[in-house]
Amino acid sequence: MGTFILKRMFSAIVTIFLVATITFFLMFLIPGGPFLSEKAPSAETLAALEVKYGLDQPVPVQYLNYMKGLLHGDLGTSLKKRGMEVNDIIATGFPVSAQVGLIAIAGAVLVGVPLGSVAALNRGKPLDHIIMVASTCGIAVPSFVMATVLMVTLGVKLGWLPTMGLSGPLSYIMPCIALAFYPAAYISRLMRSSMLDVLGQDYMRTARAKGLGPFVMLFKHALRNAILPVITYLGPLLAYTLTGSFVVEKIFTIPGLGSEFISSITSRDYPLIMGTTIFLAFLIIMMNMVVDIVYKLVDPRIKLK
Amino acid sequence: MDNQPLLKIEHLRLSFFTPAGEVKALNDVSFQLEQGQVLGVVGESGSGKSVTAYSIMGLTPYPGRIVGGSILFNGHQIQQMTEKEMRAIRGREVSIIFQDPMTSLNPVYTIGDQICEVIRLHTGQSRQEARARAVELLGLVGINEPERRLRQYPHQMSGGMRQRVMIAIALACQPKLLIADEPTTALDVTIQAQILELMMELKKKLGMSILMITHDLGVVSNMCDRIAVMYAGRIVEYGSADDIFYHPQHEYTRGLLASIPKLNAVGHKRLIPIEGQPVDLLHPPQGCPFAPRCRACMKICLREMPPDTHFSQDHVSACWLAQKREFEAGKGVGQP
Repeated sequence: MGTFILKRMFSAIVTIFLVATITFFLMFLIPGGPFLSEKAPSAETLAALEVKYGLDQPVPVQYLNYMKGLLHGDLGTSLKKRGMEVNDIIATGFPVSAQVGLIAIAGAVLVGVPLGSVAALNRGKPLDHIIMVASTCGIAVPSFVMATVLMVTLGVKLGWLPTMGLSGPLSYIMPCIALAFYPAAYISRLMRSSMLDVLGQDYMRTARAKGLGPFVMLFKHALRNAILPVITYLGPLLAYTLTGSFVVEKIFTIPGLGSEFISSITSRDYPLIMGTTIFLAFLIIMMNMVVDIVYKLVDPRIKLK
Repeated sequence: MDNQPLLKIEHLRLSFFTPAGEVKALNDVSFQLEQGQVLGVVGESGSGKSVTAYSIMGLTPYPGRIVGGSILFNGHQIQQMTEKEMRAIRGREVSIIFQDPMTSLNPVYTIGDQICEVIRLHTGQSRQEARARAVELLGLVGINEPERRLRQYPHQMSGGMRQRVMIAIALACQPKLLIADEPTTALDVTIQAQILELMMELKKKLGMSILMITHDLGVVSNMCDRIAVMYAGRIVEYGSADDIFYHPQHEYTRGLLASIPKLNAVGHKRLIPIEGQPVDLLHPPQGCPFAPRCRACMKICLREMPPDTHFSQDHVSACWLAQKREFEAGKGVGQP
């Protein structure tokens, strides 16, 4: 286990280095710059700004400077949010996004796993069809439609839930549902197919031949085997959801990290683009490692290398 | 109880209700198995061997259903029992060993877990007691270092080992009847012999009855007291191992025997296969199901189902030819 983590850490560093390098050079290929807006600044102001942020230097030199900072864990200073460190932007935005994301994923698993299992156990019956139609809708409906519908009905028409910000427990409900809808639908489909597969396995027949009841067969023998594909899916899902969703955070005005991913690119806030990308890459790597370890705990056949 | 056979199946009919129609998997199957005896059920794929076995455990797979007859096992009318009542019997009074030991154990639980589970379920013993019993069982089925093996997972064991574990699970609650559904088919030849030997040894030690399902006549020849030959969901011949091997009365049995390779055969004698395809049970023929493949087929065979001919108290065959021979010999004429 120790060597596994060490190996993974090493490859994580290499991956992050590659991600940082590729992003850095791609980023400068986008036309435009951070200081261009409707009211274009004068040539002198522009030049002064570029000197201040080191943008006057050739790209390779900027790259070296940036990597030096990255080595010390310094992601630089935002160009658009005056004087704010990228580290601080992530440190304030991430916990908010992560909180909403975590609740959403917990909800998605708690809904998706039982729904998928129930569908599998009732294969071909009306209940199965109902669940599958619902999950198809869940996959087909984009989150902004879901969020808007929720907001109009529960928020505006009925007035039950606050429509913006994160002021209390109630205000978490709508963004979390909007975020959880797709993964819940996806997990239920994953769960259904893997549960069907497991239910047809010989060891389930053995379990039945032992005289075990349906409860033990399902929860002890089937679930642990059937949940493996869901665990695999959870790795990247966690990384993407914890870093926040642009759409959902915009609609519900949540001060999370999700909106920074998009807005940093549209405003050419170079250090923030780098910072969010590297952070996401880091999170994906970490989550995949956690998933591998959990996988090993659930399925003893897996060897960590 | 003493005169009552352990297992008595009478006129059992079982069908699968598929979208294409009713597939008659078992047609009027009757046999019995005495306490402590070994009955071999032989036949090719699709002849109804496994379906018969599963029906005894109430494990008939969907969309199959018993449509007639009765199964009397150890005083229980199986076909009338609820699922809940069946659960109390499975694993306790009747156990089963499956064909493929590689997939019959749950990969995510240790061997110990899987053995203790059935012990605790049926005896209500404590964890420690069940553990001790599991160690004892592993010793019984010839697994060394049982303590260490209990902590292992199925993937850490070979096929033969796993089949021994399956036997240990099956015997954990000392069942009256052990059903072995082609227990050696998926194993290496050398391991096959070991497993069969182990089963016979355990039978002697524990005194249970065995229902041995196989398509390998070699397996039944030196293990079984009685042999039932099945074809197209019927028992076409039933008798002692001697009857079946030395005085086969049904053309199908003869065909099966002729298709066994013999090591001591003079020269390069060709094997004689049984020509043709197994019967389509969705549209079974009117007469004897084997008639279309039978080398001695007569007109009546295609029209009418042959009745049972009794050659001795328990050597029975359902073949018109046998009926004819008996008639000509002027001995007991079977029922018309």
